[in-house]
Amino acid sequence: MNEALAADLRAALAPDRVRTNATELGLYGRDASNIEGSTAVVCFPLTTSEVQAAVRAAHRHGVAFVARGAGTGLAGGAIPLDHALVIATTKMNRVLSVDPVNRMAWVEPGVLNLDLTRQVAHLGLHFAPDPSSQQSCSIGGNVANNSGGPHCLSDGVTASHVLGLEVVLSDGSVVQFGGEAPEEDGLDLRGAFVGSEGMFGIATKVLVRLTQNAPTVKTMLMDFSSVEAGAQTVSAIIAAGMVPAALEMMDQLCVQAVEAYIHAGLPLDAAAVLLVEVAGLPAGVAADTERIVEIGRLHGAGAVRIAKDEAERALLWKGRKTAFGAIARIKPNYYLHDTVVPRRMLPEVLRQVYEIAERHQLLVMNVFHAGDGNLHPLLVFDKREPGVMERVHAAGEEIVRASVAAGGVLSGEHGIGLEKRDFMPMMFAPADLAAQAAMRRGFDPSGLANPFKVLPSAAACGDVQHVPDGAWV
Amino acid sequence: MRRRAARTGWGVGVIDLDAFAAEVGAEGPVTITGVGSRGGAVPGVRTVQAPSGIQWVQPDEMIVCCGAGTPVDELVAVLAEHHQTAALPCGGTVGGALSLGQADLRRLGYGPVRDVLLQARYVSAAGEVVKAGGPTVKNVSGFDLCRLLVGSRGALGFLGEVILRTRPVAQCSQWFHREAGEPFEVFTQLHRPVSVLWDGTGVWALLEGHPDDVSAQAREASLAAVDGPPPLPGGSRRSIAPASIATIPGRFVAEVGVGTVHHAEPWVPPRRSQRVLDLALALKHEFDPLGRLNPGIDV
Repeated sequence: MNEALAADLRAALAPDRVRTNATELGLYGRDASNIEGSTAVVCFPLTTSEVQAAVRAAHRHGVAFVARGAGTGLAGGAIPLDHALVIATTKMNRVLSVDPVNRMAWVEPGVLNLDLTRQVAHLGLHFAPDPSSQQSCSIGGNVANNSGGPHCLSDGVTASHVLGLEVVLSDGSVVQFGGEAPEEDGLDLRGAFVGSEGMFGIATKVLVRLTQNAPTVKTMLMDFSSVEAGAQTVSAIIAAGMVPAALEMMDQLCVQAVEAYIHAGLPLDAAAVLLVEVAGLPAGVAADTERIVEIGRLHGAGAVRIAKDEAERALLWKGRKTAFGAIARIKPNYYLHDTVVPRRMLPEVLRQVYEIAERHQLLVMNVFHAGDGNLHPLLVFDKREPGVMERVHAAGEEIVRASVAAGGVLSGEHGIGLEKRDFMPMMFAPADLAAQAAMRRGFDPSGLANPFKVLPSAAACGDVQHVPDGAWV
Repeated sequence: MRRRAARTGWGVGVIDLDAFAAEVGAEGPVTITGVGSRGGAVPGVRTVQAPSGIQWVQPDEMIVCCGAGTPVDELVAVLAEHHQTAALPCGGTVGGALSLGQADLRRLGYGPVRDVLLQARYVSAAGEVVKAGGPTVKNVSGFDLCRLLVGSRGALGFLGEVILRTRPVAQCSQWFHREAGEPFEVFTQLHRPVSVLWDGTGVWALLEGHPDDVSAQAREASLAAVDGPPPLPGGSRRSIAPASIATIPGRFVAEVGVGTVHHAEPWVPPRRSQRVLDLALALKHEFDPLGRLNPGIDV
């Protein structure tokens, strides 16, 4: 608690939107990761000028500030460290304007991802990035993490869908990056800001690109007797020059958990299932569907189930999107990983993932964006078991190392945050990290915007960093 | 830099950039040029050129690795052998296209140039080889330095080797025209057209996909097949809100749904706010404190 900061904030915002009670400070010290931080004050601005006032107050008191959306991040990016001020944007949740012809909308950062899609559905449009948390995650959080989702295979991640931003910088000034005009003069500050995990400032308005709904959609489920066969099918589909709207894979353990949860008639005996969605105009969709089924059969696909109607399609997707909830039936805790490997390396890296989990006596299930090579190994455990967290963290680190060694990257959509901060040198040399630190200094010379994230200590040149319990490092 | 390639293995970059880095050096003003088609070198300054050549093409990963000095047309020709293409404007070099960051007429469907660059290895103002980004399409490992490099006109570093996202070549690709057309009417009738142009009277559209879909779309929007887009006036390339193209005076070809306008008359782009200019300068200073890279080029 920081009474002087709280008093300043109460004067600038409204007293009931500045919270200092222990329960709330505790709640806002966490996100969806296993990491716990420490909060000085939580505030809930309603406008850009209130965000500006909060940032200025943090500055005056020399306190770090952390922007927070819905708190669904998995890498600890929104965890306040060392008694930081949490600026929650959840109450800034209005869709400000929609241009249905040019397909763009100005929204506030607290708008929930799926709410935006629902609000523009009657125009035949949607917001393309669709993380599994889309019912609860916010657009501001999507911007901070450059979020993905199953349908990013054909449509790209958040960075491709953000045209402009209004940002409060760490010195309290309000700026606009990008906008309706397509090619702003000078550096692409909009592009640099997306994915900066709250370390370059706080987005207070976001101009998003909206995407036309496809007139025809075919969703199909193919089952395979081996994970390798499923993974090879994925590569073969892309190599044939097709980019499906989504290409998702679940392994047997995952299918069994999901089926017990939603009863969609998923094949319980298959080693892996592929969920493939093709979207577009009718002739192209029909031709691609036919070729994909053919490629699947060539790779040993057993049953091929094509959703007959929207209800069946929704059921198949429900299986994919509720996978993480279904896991609770097996063990009470899970640790979800997120790495990317070249598609052609999927069979090899998956083999290693199973081997790593077995060696650490952990259950692992895989449900992931196969088309992007974006793995999500899910380590399932009961944290009451003595010594299990050490094994979970050791296995996790090995999975990340195996992915990077296969030519992949540290994170596909969850971000670096605190979770993978100290893994950055696996992928980047000191000179590479120095360039990223230079970006950070350019945007935030004060270092008060969400400090101690993303950049390992040598690159950040900061003070000794406190890494809280729960982080791997 | 071979050390890094060996350590991180597959697909990370293959060109030995040490010679290029030595040439850029760490002292004195230096400028970079490709074939000079996009403005070329800063006059009166020692000039370097980036390595060229395609290192590998991986159609099943939809990526390609090449030297920044590779001509775009050569890249497109080699990708075509693999039924792939890259969303870069033709002519000049890959490095030049990325450094300018201006898309061609297909931007509506193919996206902006900034979405093409996945990984860059560039030479910094300190003469070091620096890697930005990673070789996969999906990647949120650290800050998006690649997007900052695209459009930076060589002011932050000189691109040496790049990994680019490719896309499959469409089965059918055809330009269409309608003599009198309201641009937004045609635009909203079409499903994800690659390009829609308007010159104040007529509408052009580039449609790609399955041949049956392309012809059905053209029929519904009363479009007739033509050889290509109209000639583009060369007075200025304007960037405006796409909603405001309907009211532009003069002779022009506007990209509907995008907001790029090819106009016969010159144009002065709107000035960014002082705080944004200061921020851009602060970034320039962080990356090139002595101002030695492409001196005089605005950020």
